[in-house]
Amino acid sequence: MTEQFEPVIVGFLCNWCSYRAADLAGTARIKYAPNLRSIRTMCTGRVDPQFILKALRDGADGVLVAGCHPGECHYVNGNIKATRRFVLLRKVLNQLGVEDERVQLLWASASEGIRLAEKVDEMTEALRALGPLNWEEKVLHRNNGHEAAEAIAVLEEV
Amino acid sequence: MTNSEKPKLAMYWSASCGGCEISVLNIHEKILTVDEVFDVAFFPCIADFKVKDVEAYPDDHITVCLWNGAIRNSEGEEMAHLLRKKSQFMVAFGSCAYEGCIPALSNLTSKEATFDTVYKNNPTLDNPKGFIPTTSVQVPEGELTIPEFYNTVKSLDQVVDVDYYLPGCPPEPHQIWAVLQVIVGALLEGAPLPPKGSIVGVTNVAVCEECDLKKDEKTITRFYRPYEIVPEASVCLLEQGLMCMGPATRGGCGALCPEVGIGCRGCYGPMPGVEDQGGKMLSAIASVIGAGDETMEDDELEREIQAVVDTIADPAGTFYRFSMAHSLLQRAKVNGSNGKGEAA
Amino acid sequence: MTEKNNNQEKVGVYVCHCGTNISKVVDVEEVAKWAGEQPNVEVSRDYKFMCSSLGQELIEQDIKEKGLTRIVCASCSPHMHEKTFRNACERAGLNPFLFEMTNIREHDSWITDDKHAATEKAKSLVRGSIDRVVHHEPLDEIPVEINPNTLVVGGGIAGITSALELADAGYHVYLVEREPSIGGHMAQLDKTFPTLDCSACILTPKMVDVGQHDNITLLTWSEVEKVDGYLGNFTVTVRKKARFVNEEHCTGCGICIEKCPFKEVDEVFEAGMGERKVIYRPFPQAVPKYPVIDKENCVYFKTGKCKACEKFCPTEPNSIDFEQEDEMLMLDVGNIILATGYDLFDAKKIPQYGYGKLDNVFTSLEFERMVNASGPTDGKIVLRDKESKPKSVAIVHCVGSRDENYNKYCSKVCCMYSLKFAHLVHERIPDAEIYDCYIDMRTPGKGYEEFYNRLLEEGTHFIRGKVAEITDAARIPEEEGKLIVQVEDTLIGRQRRVPVDMVILSPAMEARAGSKEVSQLFKMGCDFDGFFVERHPKLDPVATMTDGIYIAGACQGPKDVPESVVQGAAAAARVAGLISRGTVMMEPVRASIDQDACSGCKICNNMCPYNAITFHEDNEVSEVITALCQGCGTCVAACPSGVITGAHFTNEQLFSQIEGILWDVRPEKTIA
Ligand SMILES: Cc1cc2nc3c(=O)[nH]c(=O)nc-3n(C[C@H](O)[C@H](O)[C@H](O)COP(=O)(O)OP(=O)(O)OC[C@H]3O[C@@H](n4cnc5c(N)ncnc54)[C@H](O)[C@@H]3O)c2cc1C
Ligand code: SF4
Ligand code: SF4
Ligand code: SF4
Ligand code: SF4
Ligand code: SF4
Ligand code: FES
Repeated sequence: MTEQFEPVIVGFLCNWCSYRAADLAGTARIKYAPNLRSIRTMCTGRVDPQFILKALRDGADGVLVAGCHPGECHYVNGNIKATRRFVLLRKVLNQLGVEDERVQLLWASASEGIRLAEKVDEMTEALRALGPLNWEEKVLHRNNGHEAAEAIAVLEEV
Repeated sequence: MTNSEKPKLAMYWSASCGGCEISVLNIHEKILTVDEVFDVAFFPCIADFKVKDVEAYPDDHITVCLWNGAIRNSEGEEMAHLLRKKSQFMVAFGSCAYEGCIPALSNLTSKEATFDTVYKNNPTLDNPKGFIPTTSVQVPEGELTIPEFYNTVKSLDQVVDVDYYLPGCPPEPHQIWAVLQVIVGALLEGAPLPPKGSIVGVTNVAVCEECDLKKDEKTITRFYRPYEIVPEASVCLLEQGLMCMGPATRGGCGALCPEVGIGCRGCYGPMPGVEDQGGKMLSAIASVIGAGDETMEDDELEREIQAVVDTIADPAGTFYRFSMAHSLLQRAKVNGSNGKGEAA
Repeated sequence: MTEKNNNQEKVGVYVCHCGTNISKVVDVEEVAKWAGEQPNVEVSRDYKFMCSSLGQELIEQDIKEKGLTRIVCASCSPHMHEKTFRNACERAGLNPFLFEMTNIREHDSWITDDKHAATEKAKSLVRGSIDRVVHHEPLDEIPVEINPNTLVVGGGIAGITSALELADAGYHVYLVEREPSIGGHMAQLDKTFPTLDCSACILTPKMVDVGQHDNITLLTWSEVEKVDGYLGNFTVTVRKKARFVNEEHCTGCGICIEKCPFKEVDEVFEAGMGERKVIYRPFPQAVPKYPVIDKENCVYFKTGKCKACEKFCPTEPNSIDFEQEDEMLMLDVGNIILATGYDLFDAKKIPQYGYGKLDNVFTSLEFERMVNASGPTDGKIVLRDKESKPKSVAIVHCVGSRDENYNKYCSKVCCMYSLKFAHLVHERIPDAEIYDCYIDMRTPGKGYEEFYNRLLEEGTHFIRGKVAEITDAARIPEEEGKLIVQVEDTLIGRQRRVPVDMVILSPAMEARAGSKEVSQLFKMGCDFDGFFVERHPKLDPVATMTDGIYIAGACQGPKDVPESVVQGAAAAARVAGLISRGTVMMEPVRASIDQDACSGCKICNNMCPYNAITFHEDNEVSEVITALCQGCGTCVAACPSGVITGAHFTNEQLFSQIEGILWDVRPEKTIA
């Protein structure tokens, strides 16, 4: 049996809805992929796109931002601002070659433990299919010293 | 070049446009003071020096090396190492050296794609055999070599240790002069130098502070490209939907661009403490998009916002115009030659 | 247990077994041992029950004896025990905000059986906390004084109850009601199930109490326009609409109403069943007693002629004041209770039930008015022609409730009031045939099932099935001139066509139209159906996510009078508790702006949902008013200069946490 790839997902969960949804998933003993590593923020409105970029750069294979449904944000509309940032970030990440599946936004209220768990499972599967992101090695080629060592295109004739 | 006791100045260009050299000369008559204070030890743009001259210098022979340009190829990297060794102070001069600048925008694509555009598929080309440069080629007279072209453009500090950074595309002459004065002051009068790693020739507040345009709360429902509208004079450009990086860009230039009706491009780099200028600007811009509210259903919400976002042309190129190499991700993941969805 | 010396911060890491809740899946000893080897960690232990007094003492002892400067506890959710451990730190003299909790139970041991994965995940989460906690800063909770005045919005039975409870406890209440009188829906009802006491008889004394209470300022014909501030210190702007009647002089004699020559259909109180004058009181027992002029329809306002009311008004000076204008009042209150009630589902939305097209299809509220002795038919049950007595009546449950197309939820009270209607028809027209069409009969509640049983004995025909259609298209002679109720009787498995003279629809209880706007005005949430969201559906049903804002009655979800009263009283008790404490401590999670580094770009100026950010025109910088900030961090993320700091959620703390939780996959050093 070949070992299956276990993606690392960083989750930014808002304190009032999605962090509690994750609490509820646990309390209800719903089993889901242990691949989500959660960070609590007071609101999805606190999630600076820099955090997402940082996570991708630092080895995460995916990032999940989860918060209250529109209209239910504890701070009225932090999640609306989060959505605006997410939509623009998605466009920038597209240009940077990061697949849409890797950075996702989810609304899960405190009672939607199942919804959160299902999303984590689904994302884990999607990332398995995509393979590791491993930005440092695969994109920046920092693994074996400098790019100077990289293969160089040879003379091509068309 | 008279008194050999004088401090030695070097200036070298790597991947850059040459504007930085011009802006040094743009300090006008003060260039005479520079000449008075310094011996020029290496400055290919204005005088004939050879690499072997530099190689011959003892280590730390050069007092200050103003390095402008990003690291695009192996030559740049070698020269950076050489000059670092020979210089007491290495200054990343201008945005290319500081954070990659325009050359680093090619990090949004691959080397292959760059070569393709430059050497193969371009209407102004005449290259029927489709030659592209290689590091080594055999000709009847022997082997010819040229530097190796890297896939990823880097900033100077991603290659060697840097003492000071002087941002700007190019740095403003008054700021260059101010920095030179500090260095001269230190050398001649023993005045204290800024701590290593400092970004100099800047203010600690974003460009907006220097910009005289009238600012108000921002709610942007559509972005325009500069040719699409004539902005109302004296009103913040961003509010009018013209992309302006001023809010996310460190001041020091005097808000040159916005004050003549062109949105700040962001050449002075991020504010202190900001890791990723593009990400921060993205966040700010998205925050003031005037679309989407809490009464909307999920789909409608994303759709409305998307419609406004779609009026931003080339957001990655816009937000990272100068800072791509220094950004968190540094480059794009390009579906390249190895077929695994990774940049080759 | 591992110990190690370190130079900077001394972190103590405590890994909890939670009995076996955690240790069954996570190798807690291994996590603790490993944690001891992480940078800055001075002490690392695992323990059976960290939240027990012994567990807490461990932390306290280590802080005192080993000089720990930061604490990480890897156990359950911070929503469980963050407070517990913060208190332990505080007892040992460590600022409670130098503590960080790692959730390895709800987020880890309880969601997987994979021991290896769970243990590795625990390490990542712990490392994230360690790297974060070293950047924590000591913070002080912010004391907030509670203004003892309370605003109650909505004068239905729920709001009335809240107002009286607080007023009786000695606290001042502003009761804002948008109609000319308080009373709400209950004032429209005839009798109330299951005991069938007359609604007015039990409600009127309470309304009078409200009107006369020294501690209640009653503001009817008024609406809240703006809410600023925060728990303890709200400033509320109320628009007191012009009544055109001077409340100081008016004695409520009602002569003006009598003399007013013009009538209008009363869509509100009489549900369209009756008329009222242009100058009117919704109902005789209205509180307050002062009439109000319906400006839109007043002939004087339209043509400049009439003034009959003024002519006959006996007071000196005259109480009619055509010049009166809307008044804006600013109220300072510490807490707010919302009790804005419900709307009845618009039965016209279900065209196959014929309401609005077929004359003798009535809604429940129309029927309530009809059976009411002081209503438009003096209590007589008659058809739309106002004289013919129906010989047969069908009552249709779940109109717009439990229906995918309208409202999925059960409106909870319709079964009971439908039974009440059946009873009332029996009582008034003993020989009438009554058909009650229900999907399920839902009668939980004290005395409710008994009431149902009583109805079964009274002879109502119960048909279990959802009504498909109500039509006047007769197929057989017996159906001529009747309304035919087409329904599948699921108990006998047959389609039935029941010809009747009258149909009463029992429409759903819906959230008030505009409840979204109201929830936004008060900066709290409402759900997809428009009902206000409670802080916790079970444990905190009258509080909302916004401190200082409470909800009571049907605005939170369908409920009957007893439940509305319970909530009204509960909300009042919560508020009274806060008032008697005087001050509350608030989390110091707040934003602040570095005034020297702010560029004045104003990006943040419209970020704050609480308008906590002001711009100083003189030095052109923005500032966060700490007292207004709720700490969401939206402005922090937005500031393009990165000069807004969100206390306890700083960039440094979050970046470090990201690095920490990615410790195993992170490149050695990230060149930035
Ligand atoms: C046909 C029918 C029969 C019923 N029969 C019974 C029965 O027999 N027994 C029983 O227990 N229950 C019965 N009920 C249920 C009962 O009506 C409710 O439980 C009760 O009225 C809820 O009270 P409330 O105060 O929450 O809301 P409401 O009675 O709706 O009161 C809300 C008040 O708030 C005011 N308001 C609304 N918005 C604002 C605003 N923005 N600003 C200021 N004021 C505002 C309204 O004008 C109103 O006065 C019946 C319901 C119906 C539809
Ligand atoms: S305004 Fe912006 S782009 Fe223009 S010079 Fe200044 S920093 Fe550079
Ligand atoms: S701290 Fe939490 S995890 Fe530990 S014993 Fe107590 S409840 Fe259980
Ligand atoms: S003035 Fe208006 S309110 Fe007064 S009696 Fe005439 S119509 Fe009625
Ligand atoms: S963190 Fe900022 S946006 Fe959020 S409440 Fe405070 S001031 Fe307002
Ligand atoms: S967004 Fe930042 S820089 Fe701009 S006004 Fe607000 S605090 Fe100042
Ligand atoms: S509090 Fe959950 S998204 Fe704002």
